[in-house]
Amino acid sequence: MNVPGIDIQHHTLVVLVENKAGVLARVAGLFARRGFNIYSLAVAPTEDDRFSRITIVVDVESSPLEQITKQLFKLVNVVKISELDPRDAVERELMLATVRADASSRSQVIELVGLFGGRIVDVGHDELTISLDGEPARLDDLEDLLRPYGIVELQRTGRVALPKLERSAPALRSVRRPA
Amino acid sequence: MQLSGGQALIRALEMEGVEVMFGLPGGAILPVYDPIIDSPIRHILVRHEQGAGHMAEGYAHATGRPGVCMVTSGPAATNVVTPLCDAFMDSVPMVCITGQVPFAAIGTDAFQECDTIGITRSVTKHNELITEAQDIPLAVRQAFHLATTGRPGPVLLDVPKDIVDPKNPRSAMEWYWPTDEEVRESLPGYRPTTKGHPRMIRQAAELILSARQPIIYAGGGILKARAAEALRELAELCEIHVVTTLMARGAFPDDHPLCLGMPGMHGNYTAVTAMQDSDLLIALGSRFDDRVTGRLDGFAQDAKIIHVDIDPAELGKVRRPDIPIVGDCRLVIEELVLAVRNLLSGGAAFPDRSAWRSTLSGWQEKFPLTYQQSDPGEALKPQFVLERLRDNTPEDTIVASGVGQHQMWTSQYWKFNHPYTWVNSGGLGTMGFSVPAAIGAKVGRPDRMVWSVDGDGCFQMTAQELVTAASERIPVKVAILNNAYLGMVRQWQEMFYDERYSEVYLSPDLPDYKLWAEAMGCVGMRVESPEEVDAAIQKANEIDDRPVVIDFRTDSREKVYPMVPAGQANSSIIVDPTQGEGGR
Repeated sequence: MNVPGIDIQHHTLVVLVENKAGVLARVAGLFARRGFNIYSLAVAPTEDDRFSRITIVVDVESSPLEQITKQLFKLVNVVKISELDPRDAVERELMLATVRADASSRSQVIELVGLFGGRIVDVGHDELTISLDGEPARLDDLEDLLRPYGIVELQRTGRVALPKLERSAPALRSVRRPA
Repeated sequence: MQLSGGQALIRALEMEGVEVMFGLPGGAILPVYDPIIDSPIRHILVRHEQGAGHMAEGYAHATGRPGVCMVTSGPAATNVVTPLCDAFMDSVPMVCITGQVPFAAIGTDAFQECDTIGITRSVTKHNELITEAQDIPLAVRQAFHLATTGRPGPVLLDVPKDIVDPKNPRSAMEWYWPTDEEVRESLPGYRPTTKGHPRMIRQAAELILSARQPIIYAGGGILKARAAEALRELAELCEIHVVTTLMARGAFPDDHPLCLGMPGMHGNYTAVTAMQDSDLLIALGSRFDDRVTGRLDGFAQDAKIIHVDIDPAELGKVRRPDIPIVGDCRLVIEELVLAVRNLLSGGAAFPDRSAWRSTLSGWQEKFPLTYQQSDPGEALKPQFVLERLRDNTPEDTIVASGVGQHQMWTSQYWKFNHPYTWVNSGGLGTMGFSVPAAIGAKVGRPDRMVWSVDGDGCFQMTAQELVTAASERIPVKVAILNNAYLGMVRQWQEMFYDERYSEVYLSPDLPDYKLWAEAMGCVGMRVESPEEVDAAIQKANEIDDRPVVIDFRTDSREKVYPMVPAGQANSSIIVDPTQGEGGR
């Protein structure tokens, strides 16, 4: 699986929008129109329930991204957009995976999940469902290690991200309207 | 005060100052049409919903006020998609109200249901499905605010039948009228920047003072911002020549010594080449459209760019500006004038630009617009018809055109000395725009003479609206430049497809335009030779109680020159064959 975690073309946009019907379609439409695939997407209300935060991970070169960002700003329901540099952001995903684990391999799988700080959330006769949240790259690692046992089903959430706090260099590059 | 949603909608339109709306009723919108009987708003009943949309656009172009159209659900909504897209491309303020099936029926494939919000999302500045009757006044205020501020554009409101039908309890609402502040608060993501950044403006003024070959590249944003006066002040203060794009014809007077006319694919030689050779392009409310720039990597290669636009997404979209300024054109130009004055009074001076001026006037002398008058007995030259029309109508006549050869000739040969006298479809290039747009313009400016200059292909797309004009006594005049072809397509096939004329012939007399006009309640005329032209125009000018249609039989072989072939750089401009190679 090609994960763009370290790819230079991978961009994380954090879009604050009004929490209203149809807003996600407007945002997604701008990417679809240009034929850009949205790699991952997470949407949920913020601390203020009038607004939702959309975290979009896209594989786009910088210059079309700048144009899309400006077009996103033009949407009446979009309040603010930030582009997060993955190096300056705290990023998290959640993964649920059902893995083959019969009597012979079960303890190895449990041990592996334990090493990553994951949890077993469901147990079947020959399968386990595990849960892990964390940095996307860590999820990739566990996924790789589980694959030889046989992944029956796997589901990852879209990425959510917040800028790292001020102790490090200011990280939130706000792409506000050029003044 | 208790009102039904339908009453509230009409009342909200009245509160917004709407005097006229264009539309056609149907099932889902019926409850909103009922209160129109008791309203002072004039409603103009069109024959096709596309006509309603283009009329609203023509009205907006001519008056600067938002055009309003109202249609029912389903097929009516899809019929206004073209005008919405047209208005979106050309930044025309417009509010469109569509009926929708009752809220509970949405998504059930009900009769005359379509996903209007989904279909129109990408061709409107904003659209909104109103779900509660109580929301109607705020939604209408938001729509007009969005349509007319920032970069203007079309806004659509989709209104389910149950919230406007007084027989349905869901339509009950308590009337209110939101304040400006409430409207602002309700749109937290909408804060257009109108005032330019002072530092950028100062830098722009410095650049203007150092440029030796500057050109002002004025676009439609000048007209939208009511900035024609400010533009003139800037041009005269700095003695900078101005090109006016297709969307900006009239924004700077054609008879002004600093005016170079239209640039672009069919722009005149001087306007095109002045941009190519300039060292500073001052782009004001223009968007570096491909029809203006030609092949981008060959466009004005040595020019620095000052780009002023109210839409931040335009800055750097096509050509990266050296000085980007987000703001309202009028406000920014006024500040720019002040900044230049400040520098001048501080001792700065313009460099000697006499060589540039003489280069420009040399080009104007060598490559004027030209055509060969037809021999006796041959078909009319379209340019000749336009010259006669121009010279036989009042100077402030409003001209609306369709799309194609006739549009380019009109833009070239008319003398636009006043803003808001040119109505056309620039961005989308909508054939059939002219007749309904002219009707809308005449409704908005009954004091002005309004001529539609149309092609025979365009005319056949929307001519039915002349029935609307005849029945509403809207005396527009239509000049069909009838060359029996889809002329612009024919020109491309002749020049670039080895004269293989695929599906472009229309016939000069099928339909019989004179009879057709008469059948629609208009006066119809036919003109075939040069000596009849003036008399026909004068006769048309005297008719003030019904529309007039003149079928001018023009030469189908005539081509629009100059021309920059699509995909080529502007330096590859082809001038009229009698002027040689274009000199580059």
